[in-house]
Amino acid sequence: MSRVGVFVCHCGSNIAGTVDVEHVAEEAAKLPNVAYATTNKYMCSDPGQQAVREAIIEHNLDRIVIASCSPRMHEATFRKMLAGTDINPYMLEIANVREQCSWVHKDKDVGTPKAIDLVKMAVAKVNYDAPLTTTTIPVNKRALIIGGGIAGMQAALDIADAGYPVTIVEKESSLGGRMVMLDKTFPTMDCSACICTPKMTDVGAHPNITIKTLAEVESVGGYIGNFEVTVREKAKYVDYDTCTGCSLCETKCPSKVDSEFDQGLAKRRAIYRPFAQAVPAKPTIDAKNCRKLIDGKCGVCEKVCPVGSIKFDDEDKVTTEVYGAIIVAIGYQLIDWTKIYGEYGGGRFKDVISGLQFERLVNASGPTEGHILRPSDNTEPKTVVIVKCVGSRDPEKAKSYCSRACCMYAAKHAHQYLDKVKDARCYIFYMDIRTPGKGYDEFYMNTQHDGARYIRGRVSKIINQNGKLICKGEDTLLGSQVTVEADMVVLETAMVPADEANQIGSMLGITRDKDLWLSEAHPKLRPVETNSGGIYLAGTCQGPKDIPDSVAQASAAAMKVAILFSKDELESNAMIANSNKNLCNGCGACVAICPYGAITLEEITARENSVMVTREISKVNPGLCQGCGACTVACRPGAMDLRGFTDEQIMREVAALCQW
Amino acid sequence: MSVVNDTQAAASTGTETFEPKILAFACHWCTYSGADLAGLNRMSYPANVRVLRVPCSGRVNPQYILTALNKGVDGVLVCGCHPGDCHYVSGNYYAKRRLMAFRRMLQYTGLEPERFQVRWISGSEAGKFRDTVTSVVEQVRELGPYKPDPALAALIDSSVDASNPVLPEGGEA
Repeated sequence: MSRVGVFVCHCGSNIAGTVDVEHVAEEAAKLPNVAYATTNKYMCSDPGQQAVREAIIEHNLDRIVIASCSPRMHEATFRKMLAGTDINPYMLEIANVREQCSWVHKDKDVGTPKAIDLVKMAVAKVNYDAPLTTTTIPVNKRALIIGGGIAGMQAALDIADAGYPVTIVEKESSLGGRMVMLDKTFPTMDCSACICTPKMTDVGAHPNITIKTLAEVESVGGYIGNFEVTVREKAKYVDYDTCTGCSLCETKCPSKVDSEFDQGLAKRRAIYRPFAQAVPAKPTIDAKNCRKLIDGKCGVCEKVCPVGSIKFDDEDKVTTEVYGAIIVAIGYQLIDWTKIYGEYGGGRFKDVISGLQFERLVNASGPTEGHILRPSDNTEPKTVVIVKCVGSRDPEKAKSYCSRACCMYAAKHAHQYLDKVKDARCYIFYMDIRTPGKGYDEFYMNTQHDGARYIRGRVSKIINQNGKLICKGEDTLLGSQVTVEADMVVLETAMVPADEANQIGSMLGITRDKDLWLSEAHPKLRPVETNSGGIYLAGTCQGPKDIPDSVAQASAAAMKVAILFSKDELESNAMIANSNKNLCNGCGACVAICPYGAITLEEITARENSVMVTREISKVNPGLCQGCGACTVACRPGAMDLRGFTDEQIMREVAALCQW
Repeated sequence: MSVVNDTQAAASTGTETFEPKILAFACHWCTYSGADLAGLNRMSYPANVRVLRVPCSGRVNPQYILTALNKGVDGVLVCGCHPGDCHYVSGNYYAKRRLMAFRRMLQYTGLEPERFQVRWISGSEAGKFRDTVTSVVEQVRELGPYKPDPALAALIDSSVDASNPVLPEGGEA
């Protein structure tokens, strides 16, 4: 006979508001094997936990049920509490009477009976709880960072400074990501390159950091502390060991193509560095546009290279290494507005540009050396219209969320434009102004003082007429139609997840939300962890952010990795599959179904029915088993069971529910 | 353990509208967090559903569903991560194949398809959880209480009991 203690939490008024907790405790006390039932204002608080500890001694309890918030919230808290008592931490069940009861039902008459049922199910299950123990698994103290933008670099520097080796996998040929494309950063107007490129150099020079550029993660296996990761580094056609980065090849290459870094506003060569301060500061050949690689004619770079670094026969390099933790920092991209907003010309008007194109246009090392000129005729625009929320907050056509940084960089663009062009006029069409942040609202107010005119409303159409862009919109504050004859239009477009988000998410087991942003483990309390142990998020892959927030999250993720690496061993999951050798017939169905290769067949010799028999039975590796339970259902003789979620326990829960 | 609440008493006497009992198996990583998020967002849905947490939808043994239907539940919902999103790599694919075949079999025995449904709900889809639960409750309410065919029930009962691995030497768990 077990002695169950039931503890019902008020959670202030969170549970007690719509569930009669005293009545729940009274009903719980009547259940079989329940030796004690009580309530507490805040079960998770120190006094709440102390009350449970005292009740365990006083009533000689051997297992407990806590009716409180979701087990996803405090199961770990109460396990830790039990670890300090004579009861095994796994002799615990949580009845979720908050998230799945008191918060979704408005009425005590509805909430109370449901809470009683949930407690009944938990009591039925806890009766069949068994003490569980854990084993240890080793931690490989090497971190992998996917993405070499500002978030990935910050995380890499922090982990490397803590003394652990880090590898950065970057898909482009240089570190830097989006931040290095920007001209200035709000609200301090720091030159973006001046604060980003030193970080890139630090990363490049750090003895603990290895950089793999033009690289992508091909496959990930294993688990926390022991990820086996295969990375493909694409052929660069340049030997980085000998190349001195003199860039003579770049000046001689005859192929010119649109520069991705300059957002198509300038040209680059087929052998190129995306920008002058690139790290590594060595060029790569773009095979799609290289004349030598396409039809074998040219090879000028090979001829001019003073050290003979050009290797036209270079091949992709595929390596598999073991890492203990992975940080995903794959960033964002801007929404392709040309496919969605036909009313803004759909990309047909050269002088309707995106915010990122404006950044290149205003940048001193950009295509116009910092002079703001119309892409169509290289004249200085005297009137500029800035349209905000292009793709953001537009559920009908694009995304329903706010991209968070655009209000600020729209103000920055207006400020930069009015600063550089004399007698200029700047109109900003906005829906709302959102400037939460240190010094942000002051910056926006200053932009208004600079002379930027804010018009509350959307632009409904842009017409290209005699070289002018006629922007028609509505001023919703005046309630009238507005027409602005602009020379140039800047669209502040929505941030959307990187192309790779879906593929990387499914490879690493990270859930994505409806817009494909990678999901954190808990929106408030676990903002950098994912649901997969040892995998963390940093920067805009998790949702739109500005630079300070990305950097903060990256350092937080790095700290999580440092905490993980501070231990030599991890405790394994206690709730794992377990095979009953008396029932196992060695069919191997479990071996085939296990996604982790955790089950193997093993030969045993034992006396059965007075005869010595040698046969195969299944065996679970506790370090590899993650406790999904797929094998339990596949098992024909019913030998495989999952600790903590046994067949018996689930059937007892079902039976308890059927009495409702 | 024979605490019969008012709703059930009313339902059995047929004096008021029928309140179905729905058992929802929810995987810990997606649907259970989606259900938690529904609470966090203070959404509301009918109280006719009781969620039973399992680590993965692949953990759901058809035997549980048979027992539940046989012992007095009016409908069963199994929910897991979206295809491709399984926390355990492939558990939901196994669940899908297994439960779809099982569903066909149950329909063959005369069970209305609305009484056993499988849905993929992610941890961020609180609204989908609410809508799914609400629609399943409504559909089963339309159908009325589930009355298992007595002969079939007896058969299921005996087969489930025979395969129920409640054995004294059943390992440590």
